[in-house]
Amino acid sequence: MTGSQFGLFGTDPWWLVILKVLAIFVMLVLLTLFTIWWERRVVSRMQHRIGPNRVGPQGLLQSLMDGIKLALKEEIIPKAAHRAVYWLAPVISATMAFLAFAVIPFGPTVSIFGVETPLQLTDFPVSVLYVLAIASIGIYGIVLGGWSSGSTYPLLGGLRSSAQMISYEIAMGLSFVAVFLYAGSMSTSQIVAAQQPIWFAVILLPSFIIYCTAMVGETNRAPFDLPEAEGELVGGFHTEYSSLKFALFFLAEYINMVTVSAMATTLFLGGWMAPWPLSLWEGANQGWWPILWWLIKVQIFIFVFIWLRGTLPRMRYDQFMKFGWKVLIPVSIAWIMIVSVARVLRNEVSVTTTDILIGGAIVIVVLLVGSWLFQIRQDRREEAEALAEAEALSAEFDPMAGGFPVPPMPGQQFTYTSRRSLAQGTTIVQEPAPAGLEASSDDSSAEDSNG
Amino acid sequence: MTDVATDVNTGELVVFWVCAIFAVVGALGMVLSRKAVHSALWIALTMINLAILYIANSAPFLGMVQIIVYTGAVMMLFLFVIMVVGVDASDSLIETIKGQRVASILLSLGLAILLIWGVGNGLVESQSVGLEAANEIDGGNVQGIANLIFTKYLLAFELTSALLITAAMGAMVLAHRDRWQDNPHQRELSIARFKDGGHPGNLPNPGVYARHNAVDTPALLPDGGTSDLSVPRAVQARGDERPLDRVDIAQVHEITEGKSE
Repeated sequence: MTGSQFGLFGTDPWWLVILKVLAIFVMLVLLTLFTIWWERRVVSRMQHRIGPNRVGPQGLLQSLMDGIKLALKEEIIPKAAHRAVYWLAPVISATMAFLAFAVIPFGPTVSIFGVETPLQLTDFPVSVLYVLAIASIGIYGIVLGGWSSGSTYPLLGGLRSSAQMISYEIAMGLSFVAVFLYAGSMSTSQIVAAQQPIWFAVILLPSFIIYCTAMVGETNRAPFDLPEAEGELVGGFHTEYSSLKFALFFLAEYINMVTVSAMATTLFLGGWMAPWPLSLWEGANQGWWPILWWLIKVQIFIFVFIWLRGTLPRMRYDQFMKFGWKVLIPVSIAWIMIVSVARVLRNEVSVTTTDILIGGAIVIVVLLVGSWLFQIRQDRREEAEALAEAEALSAEFDPMAGGFPVPPMPGQQFTYTSRRSLAQGTTIVQEPAPAGLEASSDDSSAEDSNG
Repeated sequence: MTDVATDVNTGELVVFWVCAIFAVVGALGMVLSRKAVHSALWIALTMINLAILYIANSAPFLGMVQIIVYTGAVMMLFLFVIMVVGVDASDSLIETIKGQRVASILLSLGLAILLIWGVGNGLVESQSVGLEAANEIDGGNVQGIANLIFTKYLLAFELTSALLITAAMGAMVLAHRDRWQDNPHQRELSIARFKDGGHPGNLPNPGVYARHNAVDTPALLPDGGTSDLSVPRAVQARGDERPLDRVDIAQVHEITEGKSE
């Protein structure tokens, strides 16, 4: 691109805009149909089955047939549903899924019917934020779908799903920061252009890993598919949906998968740029070829999605949330710190051997701080344990501690006291506690599993 | 700002009127809705339309942040609370705070005066250089905002973030509950389960025979006896456990071995 920052964007004639919108729409629908078939075939292969192979060559038309069947099915709306919102939810989900693709770059500037235009619907200075914004509106579809069904499992599924998506969106947004720092821009086309010598996946590997983890959580896919945990929540937020409305949710889920894969490609894998051995060929990054490279990269991500689903068991919800908040977010913040410090040093300090020294110093400091924090934690834990043990052994149970009747602390023996004798200040009558009152948490859990 | 009227093109006008109408309708709907969830949805509509107006006015960063922060996070939290607590139209609408209406009218009047005064002052008194020139200084809209936030308004920015962190800490302190003991983990639970000779895994299912597909039917053991574990203890305590129908089993045996014929 030459001249101003967004040279050819916003100069397309109206018919070209409509053409691009249509092309993206059709491509997304076809990709969804393909992805469903591809997922079923790959998972089947991983599970020693064959998978759909009857309709069309290799069963390729299976998902089209399934879609038609789904649309023609009877629609059941629960009596307790809030009609308007119930109708609105799948529409929000599907629309937002399509909208996010407006800023994904597919290729360089080409000539369509004599008009020079980039292979991207549009772009503006904050288009990556636009994708985040659209994703956050898309969550409304899920929450409202869960709520408006007027049923318990969908409500729980919707809450789970939105809590999950909001939590992982934070980690996702943080993983973008390093990319913005290196690209010096938040526009997708410029981020792609900034990856010309080397992909950000290589120089910003931690960001890439964090993004890849967060994108699986963001799309509610295995092993993070807790909103649809069949054993706990039936189908999650869409339990009460049927026919075309369910089909819209289904469509949105698969498009979201493609969207996050396309974002990963754009931000970390050089977008439509040809990978190394291909980039030696002059024409690889010109004309219509880049769409092919783009598609291959996106398909690799989708294959990894399917692979994960075929391999990993579902995580427990509390472990999953803990992982998001206590691992992914702190790690990304620390990584952003390191990256920005390195950037500042490279900008302000001359790039000589100091660079290496500084890098080493950072690593040492991080290690020192890490081990120091670890030591503090270890010490504290040991101290607390010792203290608790000592307390449990030494303290005698005072049923009227602080002047109020209180239950025994863990480790203390429950004693019966006669209030009258206590008032007279004479003797404490000690009786053996009845079995029911002495049951510890271990016993009760054992009871639970037996009952 | 003198040539505002001449600067506006048709597209901009269409965007303005569509978004303005939606924003006002959303605001009215938010006040007039009887259901709390509907109110939340209306205000989300207003916020999204305001964001579109920001973007149309060449403030893309502000518009996106408006959607991500307000629509995506703040309103979502409101929705969460409303859904979980289950606020509904059936709830009583009696006002518990005295003089609430008067106070709110006074406050909104004050806010309106402040806004009109402030914006009017800005329009009349200060000289505007135009967006292009303003963006030119730092090489872009986003860069300009970043420059202002992290230099001129750094203190205000940091104070705001401190305020937000304080609020978050306050919420955490209020919601915090001290545990006496750690929650038992899977390991401890499984040790406890086996320590007292507990049953490994699930208890046996009730026996399902052709005639009684119900929980009061005990499971058959390989030796021909029945398993007490397979019938819920409540059923056993009531004495409702169905005795094993040996005659039936004999009959089944006879039929399968063809003796009855």
